[in-house]
This record gives sequence, structure tokens and C-alpha cells, in this order.
Amino acid sequence: MIVQALAFYLFASVAIAAAVMVISARNPVHSVLFLILAFFNAAGLFVLMGAEFIAMILVVVYVGAVAVLFLFVVMMLDIGFTELRQGFLQYMPIGGLVGIVLLAELFMVAGSWLFAPQIGSTRAFPAPPPDQVTNTHALGNILYTDYIYLFQGAGMVLLVAMVGAIVLTLRARPGVRKQRIADQLGRRREDTIEIRKVQPGSGI
Amino acid sequence: MLYVLCVFMPLIGAAIAGLFGPWIGARASWIVSCGALLISALISPYVLVNVGFHGHSLTIPLFNWFSSGAFVVDWALRFDALTAVMVVVVTVVSCAVHFYSIGYMEHDPHNPRFFAYLSLFTFFMLILVTADNFLQLFFGWEGVGLASYLLIGFWYEKPSANAAAIKAFLVNRVGDFGFALGVMGVFLLYGSVGFDAVFDATEGKAGATLQFLGGEFHALTVLCLLLFVGAMGKSAQLGLHTWLPDAMEGPTPVSALIHAATMVTAGVFMVARLSPMFEYAPVALNVVAIVGASTAFFAATVGLCQNDIKRVIAYSTCSQLGYMFFACGVSAYAAGIFHLFTHAFFKALLFLGAGSVIHAMSGEQDMRKMGGIWKMVPVTYTMMWIGSLALAGVPFFAGYFSKDIVLEAAFAANSGPGFYAFWLGIAAAVMTAFYSWRLLFMTFHGAPRADERVMAHVHESPKSMTVPLIVLALGAVFAGYVGYDVFVGHGQKEFWGKAIVVLTSHNALEAAHNVPLWVKLAPIVVGAIGIGLAWYMYIVRTDLPAMLAAKLRPLYLFLYNKWYFDELYDRIFVRPAMYLGRELWREGDGTIIDGLGPDGIAAVTRNLAAKASRLQTGYVYHYAFAMLIGVAGLVTLYLYRQGG
Amino acid sequence: MLEIGLSHYLTVAAILFTLGIFGIFLNRKNVIIILMSVELILLAVNINLVSFSVFLQDLAGQVFAMLVLTVAAAEAAIGLAIIVVYFRNRGTIAVEDINLMKG
Repeated sequence: MIVQALAFYLFASVAIAAAVMVISARNPVHSVLFLILAFFNAAGLFVLMGAEFIAMILVVVYVGAVAVLFLFVVMMLDIGFTELRQGFLQYMPIGGLVGIVLLAELFMVAGSWLFAPQIGSTRAFPAPPPDQVTNTHALGNILYTDYIYLFQGAGMVLLVAMVGAIVLTLRARPGVRKQRIADQLGRRREDTIEIRKVQPGSGI
Repeated sequence: MLYVLCVFMPLIGAAIAGLFGPWIGARASWIVSCGALLISALISPYVLVNVGFHGHSLTIPLFNWFSSGAFVVDWALRFDALTAVMVVVVTVVSCAVHFYSIGYMEHDPHNPRFFAYLSLFTFFMLILVTADNFLQLFFGWEGVGLASYLLIGFWYEKPSANAAAIKAFLVNRVGDFGFALGVMGVFLLYGSVGFDAVFDATEGKAGATLQFLGGEFHALTVLCLLLFVGAMGKSAQLGLHTWLPDAMEGPTPVSALIHAATMVTAGVFMVARLSPMFEYAPVALNVVAIVGASTAFFAATVGLCQNDIKRVIAYSTCSQLGYMFFACGVSAYAAGIFHLFTHAFFKALLFLGAGSVIHAMSGEQDMRKMGGIWKMVPVTYTMMWIGSLALAGVPFFAGYFSKDIVLEAAFAANSGPGFYAFWLGIAAAVMTAFYSWRLLFMTFHGAPRADERVMAHVHESPKSMTVPLIVLALGAVFAGYVGYDVFVGHGQKEFWGKAIVVLTSHNALEAAHNVPLWVKLAPIVVGAIGIGLAWYMYIVRTDLPAMLAAKLRPLYLFLYNKWYFDELYDRIFVRPAMYLGRELWREGDGTIIDGLGPDGIAAVTRNLAAKASRLQTGYVYHYAFAMLIGVAGLVTLYLYRQGG
Repeated sequence: MLEIGLSHYLTVAAILFTLGIFGIFLNRKNVIIILMSVELILLAVNINLVSFSVFLQDLAGQVFAMLVLTVAAAEAAIGLAIIVVYFRNRGTIAVEDINLMKG
């Protein structure tokens, strides 16, 4: 119990601290690194909850791909160090107010909701006990069967995103020589070789 | 049939000259309008004889005007002795003026319009005098006011003429307001506005009371006073007189017709016509007498010092109207009408004569620049003398008969207002004689004060102008003698019949014939004094007027400036009204209504739009922020809805 | 306090969510921070989903979380691509300089 509580509080506080640093770090690279830290701690929380598949996916996809991507872009785009501008403080009051209102509302909701009595019977997919079936196994069971369409749809989304990213950023650079395979393969003898009779001793 | 023709011929003349003037030309307009008037003028004696002397009063219904529930009003022409007298006056004088205008307005480019307006005025006046009910009277009343406005402002390019026309109309309007209230009161009291219905019921209503302005008053007094206010406006009595001198801006024929003989006498006519009502309202009669007498005195004093020839005659008219009113005020309506009758002739004569003088002096109207022309314009000179003699009441001229009977009646009334009227009338008679001869001497006698160019041009007027003068002169000479018996003498009862009602207790006119000798001679004596004084001051010792004016400078200025009435009214009424109008326009309309309305809304829209466009900053995070605030707001709203 | 229940996880998620919201409009530095804040928000949502899934013993939440993950990855990729292109064209990704849409 204590270990659990301790672990929870550790992960939670580090995650929150990292999030704060994300938005207030001066160096954008630091921001990204703190984001990575936040992700790791969130993954830790997931593991604590018993959803280890999601946790690992978080690490692999979010940290390994998305955050790295962020890092690449930050470093590529020569973003300088910026001071915490005056504007930050200008918006602080109203921003703070709105944020606190939102937080308060969230807590209000949190404090006053209760589970509906028939919640037990409305489970979409009852999770099997973890000691029999691992989380991954259980997810796999339903993902490729009941959620197949959504799964394929997610795949489509990724495809579109990939194509979109390339379309957006691809630019033709002048002066770059590229191979045009189709032309290479379509070359004919007539176009390339010409036989000239040459007298011995004289050049071409 | 002839009666209807008599009334409507001027309208036809006006319509043709007015609508088709530009096409048929000046000459044809003259022919049409003068011809129409001539027909009316020739019918009028027949009317007088038939209705007046033979006593065949009649009412000719024309058609229904409106009938709304119990309120039924018809157009009808009422002919009785009073009407007949007025018809003769109006048509004869109008006809003379029409013919005179042919010569006088010869050089004016807008001839057809002038004749159309003159004929239109005549028509309205005839409707007024033949009215059978209050509404028709009011129609004619307003119509002559309109015609007066049009004619005073005939030369509309002159700003002073426009101003004078507006002033005349506005001051008349004040009177008309009282008149309208009176008519409404009549309807309230009697339930009808027809003369017959009202007159027959008046005796019964003698003691009735009326709620007015929060108090209970004697009904007939209130009504008669209100109606008299209208008469005050129309006839330029003291208080509402300010428009008459300025009305001289119009052409002289207009002054002769409207502001001497006819329109201004409409008030007197009205009081006489409503004699059945006034007789039962003694308070109103007293007011009439006092106002009339005061006007007579006031106008005469002002006339002493005026320098414009037409203004002198205008104030003289005002003064004589006062005479007529105080005659009615002592229940001697017949005397008042008799004076109206004779006055029409000699005053029109004086005005047209003055017009002839102005014509001869190439448009000069200031008497200080005239003089020494009597040999050059003999006909005009003679006519002016005749008119002045009639005005001053020199025996056997028309004015003598009518003026004398008026003053005698005032004396014989034996009442406070009566005596007040008598003495003021005597004083006015002195002044009348004085300023009439002052006018004659300054205009025709002495060394010429005009420059040589003008003097070289002095010529007698053409026949078209002098013949009407002669016609009017005949009236000025003989009308008094001829009419005395019928109007106020022994034949009056048969003549007037029911047209004028006088209660037996108000026997001023009867008693007038029996007043002491000194009363009968007084007007002649004071007239002679006035003439003598004028002769002394303007022929013998011509330096005297200037010396007196310098010595009595405040008095002179007071009289010259018309007792400062215009300045007073300007302060009290005109300036506040203009201020109110200007401020309402500028502040009320401009600032408030425009500000709140079109301008204001446009400005607000622009403002709001400018402010709203500041939301589009272009910064994405601002938009995100806005979205966030929206979300927070929605959630809060939702929570409240659920919770509350 | 010691008994870690659903509300603890939800609290953490709420705080992360709020921080992400703050990051969107409180930063005046560059646009990448905005994208990172969006990632934080998505992370908070994921924590919520998974917490409910675990506590209600319903796997649907975890599947949902995975799909969210997928979409978040795709969106991050596209967003960064846009930033790269924008930087190429404008030379800056400072938030204050991105105001071409000013009305």
C-alpha cells in the first residue's frame, strides 16, 4: 500500500513538475526534454494502474517518435533563447482566472459525481482478470475483432498524415541531380551510340 | 340665380386668370377678371334693392358640406340687409380697384397673378358676408387671410414684403385661434353652427354658463369675447394691430381693397352679424367698446408722426375701424355698419389717390420728399381733397354723417365705456383732421422737396386710374347723405329687419338722435381745429413741426415708433419663438433625434464594429484563449443550469 | 490519502489538463510550445480514459486511449510539418510575429 502510494505520488508530482517546466522553460530544447520526462512519468502511472500495454505504447510512440520529432524540428528551426516576455505577465491575471475557474469546475464535477447504479452491467468489454490474461492479450482480443473498423480507420489517418507531412514539406531544390529510372530503362541503342568511321591516324 | 352669380363671378375670374394667365396673357386676364367683377358690381345694387329695401331676405342652399352624426353643415348663401350692404361695398370697391390696377400694375410682369389674387380675395369676402353658418364664415375668414398674405407678399422677391406677409398671416392666426375657439364653443353650447339655429336659441341661452380654463363663466360672454379676439386680429384692433402698417408693403390697390374697405371690416361685419349673441353679453359689448375706442385713439396718435404716405392712411384706417367697433360696442350696430359703408368709399379713394401720387412721383412714398405738385396732378389732388374732407367729417360729405352718428351714439349710451369711447373718439377726430391735412399739405403744397428728375416726371395718371377714383369719390360725397335715413335714421327698422338685433334696453342709437347740441357740433368743431392746426404748422410756419419734435423728443419717438408695440412683441413673442424654434431644430432635432436616430445609430455601429474588429488580432493564441474562455463560460453555464 | 483511488488519478489528469491550457495562451515564445501543450492535454485525457477503464473494469477505455494516441501522433506530425513550412516562408515562429490574419 505504502509503496503504491509513494510510487503514485512520486510519479504524479514529477509529471506535474515536468509539465510546468514544459511551458515555462526558456530553452525550447529543455521544453521538449521536460515533455519527454512528463511522458515517462505518465507511463509510470499507467503501469501502476495495471494498463502496461498503454504505458509501453506511450513510451514507444509518444516518446520515441513524437517527442523525437519535436526535438528534430526544434533543433532544425534555429529557435533562439527567448526571454520571458512582458506579455506573459500581462495575460497572467485573466489567464489565471480562467484556469482556476476551469480547475474548480473540474473538481466540482469530480466531487459530486457518482457512478450510476447500473454501471456494473453496462461495461462494453469486461476486462478479464489480469492473472489469467495479460493486458496486452486482452486488448488484442478485442482490438482486431470488435474494433477492427476503427483500427483500420486509425491506419488510414496515419497514412494521410504521413502523406500530408511529406506533401507539405517537400520542395524541389534546383540544381540537384536525380536519377530518373524510367528514362534509364527506356534508353535505346539509337539514342546513345553512334558509329563513326575513323581513318587510322586521325582523330574524330 | 343672380345672387349666386354675384357671389361666384369673381371666383370664375380668379380661376381663369390664375390658371391660364401665362397662356392668355395680361390683357386677357384684365378683361376676364374686371369683366367678372363688373358683373358682380352691377348685380349688387339689385341685391340691395331687393333684399334691403323690399325686405326679401332669403337663404339659397347650395349643397351639403358635411353631415357627421348630429353635426350637419351646408353651404348656403344668406342674403339679408346686412349682407346686401356688404355685397355692395365689396363688389363696388373691388370693381373700382380692379380697373385701377390695370393702369397701376401695367408695368408689372406678373399681371395675371395679381388679378387672380384680387378676384380670389373678392370671392372669399363675398362668401364671408353671405355665410349662413359659422363654418362658412370661418372659411371666408381664412380665405381672405390667405388672399391678404398672397397679395401683401405679391412682390415676393422683396424680403420686406415676405416678412410683412408672414407677419400679417401670423397675427391674423392669433385672432383666428380665438375665433375658432369661439366657433367650437358655439357648437358646444348650441349643438349647431348655423346662424338661424343659434340666433333663435340665443335668448334662451342668455343665462347659460360654460366651463372654460377651469372656471365657470357666463357662456355668451366667453363666446363673444373669443369671437371678438378673431375680429381684433382681422380688423387690426389694439393688440393685434401690428400687421396693418407693414401690410403696406403690398401694391397700393391691395391696400385700398383689402386693408381699407373690405378685409379689415370683416371683423365689424362679424360683430354686427352676431348682434343677437352680443346683445346678451353686455360684458363683451363693453370690452368691444373699450378696445375700439382705445384703438381709435392709439392709431390716430401714431398717424400724427408717420412719414410714409401709405402708413398714414393705414393708421387712419385702423383708427376708423376703432370707431366702428365702439359703435357696435354701444349696441349701435347700424351706425357701425353705416360708418363701414362710407369709410369704404373714402378710404379706398384715399388709398388709390395715394397710389396715383406714388405713381406720379416715380415710386416715392416718403412725404418728406414730396411737395409742390398740386398743379401738376389736379385730378388726383381733387380726389385726395374729397377723401380727406369725407374722412375728417366735414359736413355733408359722407364721413360727416356716419362719424357723427357714431359719436352721438357713444355719448347717448350713457355708460362708462360709452363716455370713454366718446371722448377718445373726439380726440381721435382732432388728430384725424390734423394728419389728413398734414398729408395733403406735405404731399401737394410747399416747395418741392423731390429732386429734379422726379419732378420732371410728375404726370397725371391715366384714365384707367382716374375713372375709378371718380366713381369712389361719388360714393365718398353722396353715400352718407343718401344712406343716413335708411341706415340709422327713421327707415332703419324696415331696412335692417332681423339682420341686426338690438335689445330695447340698449337704445343708444335711438337716443343718439336726441343728444344735446354741443355733442352734435363737437366733431365739426374739433375737425376744424385739426385742419387749422395743420394749416398753421405746414403752410404758415413750416419750421414748427421740427421744433416741436425736437422739444418733445421722447413723446415724438414714442409716437413715431408706434408706442413701441412692435419692439414689445418682438421681445415677448417673436424672439422666444424664434429661439425655441432654432433650439428645437438644432438641439432637439439635430442633437437628440439625429443623434439617437440615424447619426447616432451609425456612429454606434461604427464604434462597435471597430471595437469588435479588434478581436481579430491575428494571433492564434488569442483565438485559442477566446475559445478557452468560451469553454469555461459554457461549462459554468451548464453547471448552473444543472445545479440551479 | 494512502489509498490511491480513482479520484487521485483524475486529479492528476485535471492538473495536467489545466497546465496544458495555460501553456497555450500564456506562452509568448514560439508555436512549438503550443503544440507541446496540446500534447499535454491529450496526455491528460489519456490518463482519464485509462483510469476509468481500469476502475470500471472496462477495456473500451484503453482501446479509446490507443486510438487517441494514434491521432495525436498524426496531428503532431502534421503540425510540425506546417511549422517547418511556415518557418521556411516567414523566417520566424515567434508567436507575436504570426499575425497575418489581423483584422
